[in-house]
Amino acid sequence: MTRKAVALISGGLDSLLAARLIQQQGIQVEGINFFTGFCVEGHTHAIRNHDRKRVKRNNALWVAEQLGIKLHIIDIVDEYKNVVINPRHGYGANLNPCLDCKIFMVRKAHEWLRENDFDFIITGEVIGQRPKSQRKRCMPVISQESGAEDLLLRPLCAQNLPATLPENEGWVDRAGLRDFGGRSRKPQMALAREFGFEDYAQPAGGCCFLTDKTYSVKLQDLWDNRGSREYELDDIMLLKVGRHIRPSKDFKLIIAREEGETNFLSGYRHQFQTIKTVSHGGPIALIEGVTLDAEQLELACAITARFSQGRDADSVELRFSDPEQASRSIHVKPLAANQIERDWIIA
Amino acid sequence: MSEIIEVDARRLFCPLPVIRLQNCIKQQQPGARVRIVSTDPGSMNDIPTWCRINGHQVLASEEQDREFIFLVQKATMEVSHGG
Repeated sequence: MTRKAVALISGGLDSLLAARLIQQQGIQVEGINFFTGFCVEGHTHAIRNHDRKRVKRNNALWVAEQLGIKLHIIDIVDEYKNVVINPRHGYGANLNPCLDCKIFMVRKAHEWLRENDFDFIITGEVIGQRPKSQRKRCMPVISQESGAEDLLLRPLCAQNLPATLPENEGWVDRAGLRDFGGRSRKPQMALAREFGFEDYAQPAGGCCFLTDKTYSVKLQDLWDNRGSREYELDDIMLLKVGRHIRPSKDFKLIIAREEGETNFLSGYRHQFQTIKTVSHGGPIALIEGVTLDAEQLELACAITARFSQGRDADSVELRFSDPEQASRSIHVKPLAANQIERDWIIA
Repeated sequence: MSEIIEVDARRLFCPLPVIRLQNCIKQQQPGARVRIVSTDPGSMNDIPTWCRINGHQVLASEEQDREFIFLVQKATMEVSHGG
């Protein structure tokens, strides 16, 4: 009887190697990949104009094709919010809840396993590889709190861990697994060479915006000023785009940095109040926050004009649009560079 | 010929267009045809790759006014990826 394993496929090297080690033992493997909304999958790349010609591949799909396995991509945006908002094990250096994230993903994989009649779960975890979620003492925490228990096998470091069910039942030969540990990538690179894998995604750490300091600062600002840590997919997508400037607690401007971002932000003009320069080439700005009074609106326009080609003009015309009202024209003198206070700039 | 099912994945970014296609295809009978429109340039790689992995066929693809359009036919047989 062919046993079946579901592999967590991130798109990086470790999950690629872990899956191939298990395939080598005659196990049927299928991949599972989770979309949290924070995944770094070329979004900024796809939005920004100068990047559009360099089309970026989805690494999880690429890995699945290299392995010759099916890949199930699962949208967990809504369920994942609780992981980000209330991480039981806390955050890493930024707003990255890495340990809770791993527990959550293994739990989801375990649910999938039961629904699809698979036998065990594999991940590309390596003891000591990551400071937060891959410490040795985290490994049993992930197995237990996810509910996967001994159905969770980490092929790359299995020889450094207690035997799991697939090993004890003889489905998998422990001798064919590995004893990798620590932060060095050399053993993985050697194994990749052995398997003939080239052109794999550069490994470690860069797969989630929550590990990014600038992004985390913007998310924290959003939470602080909203008075709530709730968010929607649009909120976290918009944090990936534009300059974010908050001149007061009441509102924030998201100002496009180039044409691709202007096109992208224009798609939100039915949801947000917007400002767009008219008399000169320039960006669109989304206004996020309360309805602005006249003084705030003038300030918002003067800031936006600062980033237009009319930055040195005496007067710049902008169009203020509100999804619920007719748009109108506003003339302002752009702010000078030194009038934009440093603490307004979120990122 | 059966009707073509439409999937609008405009303004969605990778991997959401693939997820929309995947979830639609899952509900269809073998041989069904699905037309998906995406504005994410990443779809040019991702949708054909996802189809190859799962044995579905891209019958046609084109780019029109920054939109990427694919006509996909669901596999008539389950793809086997033996160990």
